[in-house]
Amino acid sequence: MQIPPSARSGEAAPDPAAPVAESAADIAVSVRGLVKRFGATTAVAGLDLTLRRGSVLALLGPNGAGKTTTIEVCTGFLRADSGEVRVLGFDPAGAPDALRARIGIMPQGGGAYPGVKAGEMLRVVAACAANPLDPAWLIDVLGLSGATRTPYKRLSGGQQQRLALACAVVGRPELVVLDEPTAGMDPQARRVVWELVSALRRDGVAVLLTTHLMEEAEALADEVVIVDHGRVVAAGSPAELTSGGDEQELRFRARTGMDVEALTAALPAGYRAAETVAGRYVVRGRIDPHVLSAITGWCAGQGALADDVQVARRSLEDVFLDLTGRELRS
Amino acid sequence: MSELFAPGTFTPAPGRGQLGRMLLAQAGTETRLALRNGEQVLLTLLIPVVLLVGLSVLRVVPLPEPRVNSVVPSVLALAVMSTAFTSQAIALGFDRRYGVIRRLAATALPRWLLVAGRLAAVLAVVVVQLVILGVVAALLGWRPDAAGLGWALLMVLLGCAAFGALGILLGGTLRAEMVLAVANLVWFVLLLGGGIVIPLDQLPAGIAAVAAALPSGALAEGLRAPLVAGTAPGIGPVLVLVAWAVVAGGVAVKAVRLR
Repeated sequence: MQIPPSARSGEAAPDPAAPVAESAADIAVSVRGLVKRFGATTAVAGLDLTLRRGSVLALLGPNGAGKTTTIEVCTGFLRADSGEVRVLGFDPAGAPDALRARIGIMPQGGGAYPGVKAGEMLRVVAACAANPLDPAWLIDVLGLSGATRTPYKRLSGGQQQRLALACAVVGRPELVVLDEPTAGMDPQARRVVWELVSALRRDGVAVLLTTHLMEEAEALADEVVIVDHGRVVAAGSPAELTSGGDEQELRFRARTGMDVEALTAALPAGYRAAETVAGRYVVRGRIDPHVLSAITGWCAGQGALADDVQVARRSLEDVFLDLTGRELRS
Repeated sequence: MSELFAPGTFTPAPGRGQLGRMLLAQAGTETRLALRNGEQVLLTLLIPVVLLVGLSVLRVVPLPEPRVNSVVPSVLALAVMSTAFTSQAIALGFDRRYGVIRRLAATALPRWLLVAGRLAAVLAVVVVQLVILGVVAALLGWRPDAAGLGWALLMVLLGCAAFGALGILLGGTLRAEMVLAVANLVWFVLLLGGGIVIPLDQLPAGIAAVAAALPSGALAEGLRAPLVAGTAPGIGPVLVLVAWAVVAGGVAVKAVRLR
């Protein structure tokens, strides 16, 4: 079996004497210029990302953004049309079996025999690993012990998801790849998953996940890569993406097509107004009562009511809306 | 921060499991699933047992005495077809629907072992069938010629290969509902017109010629020679089964989809 040079680095605590400089061994996943087409459709159009060991990267975007395609290229289920992909030092499409012995994958929607019990399925997956976790313990800790007699096809969506997650981590992998890990889960189950991902990160496992949930990306990820139409539209830590310095913003709804240049001019220097999508406006800058009053007053002067007025720091949802002009969950 | 997971719980220790354990886990689970699925047990055990008893006791089809000797080859051919083809195709169709093939492909389980595990599960169910049908047949007075048993076993294995390859091809390519419909229809047609219940020499000449080239007719004929006469099967049935296994297996390698 082929052993990549980085293979053992995840098993020991980082050596404090080791150079701080970024080395290839720190990188779990490296994607450069990934392009993947299906017929005339380009699912991924030149995507870059870098995931370090012991950190969590969230691919965030709406359905059809190219998240799952990217994941499937990284796990060797699809071959890239162009670009360079390295996962734990492997070319995923070239050495899928060697790679999959070192990673844990949660395919979208999970996967199990329709008639299988959760424990049976997890034991099959555990048998494929050299040093698996105890399946019975994992079933219990993920809250599935109440459903051990239920066949997979009769489990709830959230229960199926938790089994899929257990299958992804049972082999004690170096890298865990989770495609929409909390889809269909209730908030309590989602908490358990978030706690699990935090524990993976703490124990030195790299986690690559996709989500279209803002709060999930904000809560879990060290780095968020926002994708839309197969391209990266923004990347950075949640704080970097949402802060824009210390800037606040004010959002409101009003009639479409108001002159945002005129609104900007009507405000003190340093404030910027924009219409993000039709009828939705944002003003960036430090929002104080004076500016708030100036904005609503200007709208009144246009014969428009500024409705649904909100002052906030930017959320990832706002970042996405601003970058793509689309709602994340449309 | 984490109360559920003590530090170090997930410290990486990756690697592939032992091949034997992987095979055992997968094939063992698939065998248990096949044996506790009501519809599959109906197909693989109940119907063959009912036919074995019914055809031996009731004189609906003219057969030489003792009737059970002529019925056993038919019923064994049916049992192999039910398990390796129909039951396996349906299970594979729904396994794909529920994403388990992809789930297993995402583990360290090599692709060839995934296929080997399914075939091992088929063989395990066939062994269960042979034991149960053999005991029932013995109770009905079946006394096989020991000289033919080795040949019969070879034919059962060849039948498993031919029908198993066809089952994987069917279950691995069509939608689950289509697999269900086609696999059951083919089962029924081959049972009646494919040389299983009605031996080739009692079928109309045209149908008999076609049936002899089908895996059902080849397997049933190939079992009749050793089990009824205690002689080696003709080369014809052997070649037919090998050809079906090679062709269907070759197409399946290219055509089968994970989902």
